[in-house]
Amino acid sequence: MSAFAVDRRNFLRTGAAAIGGLLIGCYLPERRKLAADTAVAVNKLNAWVLVSNDDFVTFYIHKAEMGQGTVTSLSMLLAEELECDWSKIRTEFPGVDRAYGGFQGVVGSQSIRSSYVSLRQAGAQAREMLIAAAAAKWGVDKSACRAEKSTVVNTATNARFTYGSLAEAAAKLPVPANVALKDPAQFQIVGKSRKRLDTPGKVDGSIAFGIDVRLPNMLYAVVERCPVFGGTAASFDDSKTKATPGVKSVVKISNGVAVIADSTWAAMEGRRKLTVQWDEGKVAAHSTPDITKSFADAVAAGAPPLRNVGDAAAALASASKKLEAVYQTPYLAHAPMEPLNCTAWVRPDGADVWASTQMQSMAQQIAAQKSGLPPAKVEIHTEYMGGGFGRRGGVDYIGEAVEVAKAVDVPVKVTWSREDDMRHDTYRPASYCRFAGGVDADGWPVAWTASIACPAFAGANTSTEGVRDNPYTIPNFAVDYHDVNPGIPVSYWRSVGYSQNCFFAESFLDEMAHAGGKDPVEVRRRFLAKNPRLLAALELAAEKADWGEPLPAGHGRGVSVVNNIGSNTVQIAEVSVEKGKVKVHRVVCAVDCGAVVNPAGVTQQIASGIAFGLSALKSGVSIKNGRVEQGNFHQYDVVRMDEMPKVEVHIVPSQAAPGGIGEASTPGIAPAVCNAIFAATGKRIRQLPIRPEDLA
Amino acid sequence: MPAVKFTLNGKPQTVDAVPAMPLLWVLRDTLGLTGTKFGCGMSLCGACTVHIDGQPQRSCVTPISAVAGRKVTTIEGLSADRTHPVQKAWIEEDVPQCGYCQSGQIMTAVALLAKTANPTDADIDEAMRNNICRCGTYEDIRRAMHRAAEIKRAGGAQ
Repeated sequence: MSAFAVDRRNFLRTGAAAIGGLLIGCYLPERRKLAADTAVAVNKLNAWVLVSNDDFVTFYIHKAEMGQGTVTSLSMLLAEELECDWSKIRTEFPGVDRAYGGFQGVVGSQSIRSSYVSLRQAGAQAREMLIAAAAAKWGVDKSACRAEKSTVVNTATNARFTYGSLAEAAAKLPVPANVALKDPAQFQIVGKSRKRLDTPGKVDGSIAFGIDVRLPNMLYAVVERCPVFGGTAASFDDSKTKATPGVKSVVKISNGVAVIADSTWAAMEGRRKLTVQWDEGKVAAHSTPDITKSFADAVAAGAPPLRNVGDAAAALASASKKLEAVYQTPYLAHAPMEPLNCTAWVRPDGADVWASTQMQSMAQQIAAQKSGLPPAKVEIHTEYMGGGFGRRGGVDYIGEAVEVAKAVDVPVKVTWSREDDMRHDTYRPASYCRFAGGVDADGWPVAWTASIACPAFAGANTSTEGVRDNPYTIPNFAVDYHDVNPGIPVSYWRSVGYSQNCFFAESFLDEMAHAGGKDPVEVRRRFLAKNPRLLAALELAAEKADWGEPLPAGHGRGVSVVNNIGSNTVQIAEVSVEKGKVKVHRVVCAVDCGAVVNPAGVTQQIASGIAFGLSALKSGVSIKNGRVEQGNFHQYDVVRMDEMPKVEVHIVPSQAAPGGIGEASTPGIAPAVCNAIFAATGKRIRQLPIRPEDLA
Repeated sequence: MPAVKFTLNGKPQTVDAVPAMPLLWVLRDTLGLTGTKFGCGMSLCGACTVHIDGQPQRSCVTPISAVAGRKVTTIEGLSADRTHPVQKAWIEEDVPQCGYCQSGQIMTAVALLAKTANPTDADIDEAMRNNICRCGTYEDIRRAMHRAAEIKRAGGAQ
């Protein structure tokens, strides 16, 4: 593998070789081999920090970047304690390595939460090693030295060593076990808005995403998969495919037939001429109407409560006013702008996988499983993702590419078409929720029950989050759940269960408020009295959105309150409905996500999550005979420039433990908008996407 | 395969390709210019936008034969060092999130600003609504386009 390792590194764009360095004390065996072939001294002080002799610091970002700003925010945590010059930072995504704690991936808006202390410690350790190296050179005590902008200063003489000149000596020192971290009041970087480190490479086309990987002798492949989920190829005729210019070979794999060619387009052309007979399997029996009916039937059959507060049945029976409603949401595709793709090179003694993935650790496991190699022989090269939204938390497309790559002895890049992406997604589950609610003689909600049916993929709690764990102290509440799974693949979709369940709960709470003749903010205020953070966010949003102030004719405001991923968001949307179309004019979002690393990043992510959630008002995935009916953006429309509202973000100052942000605002936008539609028109939206007849 | 001659980012270019092969795949797979992105293959998302004789075009549905003798500009040809006013504005406003759609957004924005020096919000909506961004950077794009118009007015025009 040694000759290969060096050869491979030479053509990697971002590998250590690209910065011309000798890696000392690093963990990856093949990188040690690389060291023998290079001569410039650079030094890795711990798993996250490498200092080069040109004074640049390389941060190894062990998470992944799909737009959420992790490369920048994690660099800020490291730089805060390292005291390095922000203009001399490089970043890389390392391979899978136990040094990063046994799991590498981005899921559940965890990157900052899981790194807030550990990366500051890593930065502080590296700083202390550099200070110790300087102190030794000067022959002074460490207490006579301080770190400042990538130098160590001798406080007695004002002499300085640059980090680059200290790195080699520092790397030979022991890693200090206990280092004191700064008091947050002393932060220079954390908590102050920084521009993204990845912006320059994203305005000139130079940053490479997974789909941009290019390797010597690389071939290109596409895969014809069964249009019905779970189906397999019984037989195929590839005679016309093989006659297509550029096509090299056709290979049957476990989930379909791969066409391998000398360009992506040649592979697509060859695939077009392929004839496959499918064993469609049992999912072919399912279409959206029968799936919906199976949800309704399950809910009607009843189940023991998953969570029970007070006595909802008795309270409903004695309520002054009762209401019932059924809410529904469809399967949803993720549709990241970069279609799925993966490049793999499988050899008898090892494999390399280049992928835009949220899940490096799982990528390594699936590649090992599919190649038959031990995980340690599989190198995962993490690439920038052109969007993930949960789709790239799955590794099906990585395992598939490894299967294809086993058929050839060179690297092969498997690219999915948009139709492949939309029809072979792992979808947000379709969901169905039946509510009953009651208000008392004074008009306050006194009881509510929810019964939810949807396919589970991570347990009942995930399927019901947003309803089950709603933050309100309404005295009587019960929720039950029914796992109904027709076999359409389902998985994580930005904000997961909250994404549909907060639409259900926040809309129905609005219905209860109106049924009792109460103001929707007033009702929330009353039942959040014991939740000071959400209450403060609610007051801030109401003030900033001019809640209760007059609006132009035909406009309405709607509110939503969400507690997820350790963060609190309150959104107030202002909408109008003109000629059957919803126009969202403005969204005010108050967010308390605890201590903030990059305020600019928080603002970006709130707007981003809102755009993502708004698209769910426009489109859904429908199933016919086990097949997804939508294939491309003309059938699965998403929010456009002219539909994006002005988003005003107000961050509640906090030193509480950091919450997540990438998924904070997605759940609240649908109910805020739909509650505003009710305020503007009296039409209650209980099913997404919104259909013209719902507004008529 | 016939040779197709055209001008690519200011330089003469010859490629041997099947005439029907879309410009997108010639750029990406044959020539290694991966800044132009594949998003939909049906002229629906705008990620593959390039300029052909100065006009924004979807390279995913433009056969290579159609660019013979014409001038093609990709994101890589906009400037050597990110100094095009639109790139400067994009950096100032820190527009990209995942960044995948941004080559197409920028190429579409450059084309609008070339013919409309001071675009209104309505002009921007009309020009940009067929460029999809799933991260929702639209308002940042809008701000950056107004800023790019300012930079051009201040003499940074190219």
